[in-house]
Amino acid sequence: MSVLEVSNIHKTFDKEEVLKGISFTLEKGEVLAIIGSSGGGKTTLLRCLNHLIIPDKGRITVNDDVIFDSERTDKISEAELRKKRLHFGLVFQQFNLFPQYNVMKNLTLAAYLLEDERIKKEKGSKEDRKAAHAKVDAKAEEILKKVGLYEKKDAYPCELSGGQQQRVAIARALILNPDILCFDEPTSALDPELTGEVLKVISGLKSSDSTMIVVTHEMEFARRVADKIIFIADGIIEEEGTPEEVFEHPKSEKMKNFFSKSVEVISGGES
Amino acid sequence: MGFVEVTLQLLKGFNVTILLFAITLIGALPLGLLITFGSMSKVKIISKLVKGFVWIIRGTPLMLQVILVFYGPGLIFGIGGVGRFTAVVIAFIINYAAYFSEIYRGGIESIAQGQYEAGQVLGMTKTQIFFKVVLFQVFKRIIPPMGNEIITLVKDTSLARVIAVNELLNEAQDIVGQHAIIWPIFYIGAFYLLFTGLLTILFGQIEKKMNYYAG
Repeated sequence: MSVLEVSNIHKTFDKEEVLKGISFTLEKGEVLAIIGSSGGGKTTLLRCLNHLIIPDKGRITVNDDVIFDSERTDKISEAELRKKRLHFGLVFQQFNLFPQYNVMKNLTLAAYLLEDERIKKEKGSKEDRKAAHAKVDAKAEEILKKVGLYEKKDAYPCELSGGQQQRVAIARALILNPDILCFDEPTSALDPELTGEVLKVISGLKSSDSTMIVVTHEMEFARRVADKIIFIADGIIEEEGTPEEVFEHPKSEKMKNFFSKSVEVISGGES
Repeated sequence: MGFVEVTLQLLKGFNVTILLFAITLIGALPLGLLITFGSMSKVKIISKLVKGFVWIIRGTPLMLQVILVFYGPGLIFGIGGVGRFTAVVIAFIINYAAYFSEIYRGGIESIAQGQYEAGQVLGMTKTQIFFKVVLFQVFKRIIPPMGNEIITLVKDTSLARVIAVNELLNEAQDIVGQHAIIWPIFYIGAFYLLFTGLLTILFGQIEKKMNYYAG
């Protein structure tokens, strides 16, 4: 059974069709890398999955739970929408940490609120709340250790480097246990010397039960870490397959072009 | 009349000035936020109406508004109006709320979309995002313009004199008229300077406190 099934997603902005029918599936524990030139629709697709944009057409299911279906006309409540969103985590290109809170609070803020909501619904006591918060704290510390930032837990985002901020953002997404963790060009806003630490953290997350989708321009990273690559151009999937298939034996002209250009850039930079 | 007596009488007026200042702030700070929500409403008719209201309030002199609130009910409806001080308070609260609402709006609109989106993908409600994420950042950003506006309020309190409220300036004029001495009218400048000076220091302190983070 696939964790994620996306079928026939369409999205139009100002009469321009950005997504022209995207379909794919993802198995549990897989890492999917979405590549393609800017403006091709990669980020829009990711934002559709996270319900930051509502697609015009199509269907998305996670673990057989229908997240979005354009055929369904009944309106869903905000509470339901929030619940559906939590299937996904999203790490932004610009980190989007909350600047007024320290690292620890950035991680725990949403988790506290969700726990409070649950306890209120179950009519739990103050002690239940305290215990739940302590659990969240412990988990936050554990995750911070995982991304190598435990000693920065009391620092504010402005005191961290870009790479550290992005690692905090990854930790913040992880604490809510999303079924699928999405990355929207996680290293594009970083200086080249800082991309390594972030990519290392992302590859370190790879395990049999963490499913990830990474929109990226880092071809080497995609080739090494992804189980599956999707190449999107002009709103459709031009090429799809394992890294080997896509990079070594591309079928479409657009992929061949795109790939030769990115190789040019890399070798051009070295000379 | 000697210096001490003049000072004592002026302090009475200064009391009224401070009271008007404080009540205006207490009323206008929250009312301004309400007006902001109205002018940012997605319901077009509400935002249009509220924006029209803000235009009228900001587009006419505060002194005129004070006069209107005080004399208007009697002239238009033939009913007894409110007391002098109450009339000034009402006019000031509405006027300052309109100005504050625009400062708030500027602050809210300056917050990056990414902050809202980050809250959304973390499963927060719109209310939670506004109060737990956005509001505090807005607060930091609007301190300088709010400081400006609040210092202006100190001096605007003297407009209450137009309907004979016994605030500081009015009190000084009474002394000048009754005792044929001119210096008290200049002396009150020191009161205003002291008041605005303290506020300037206070706002400086708040700004410094908020500098623990950047952004």
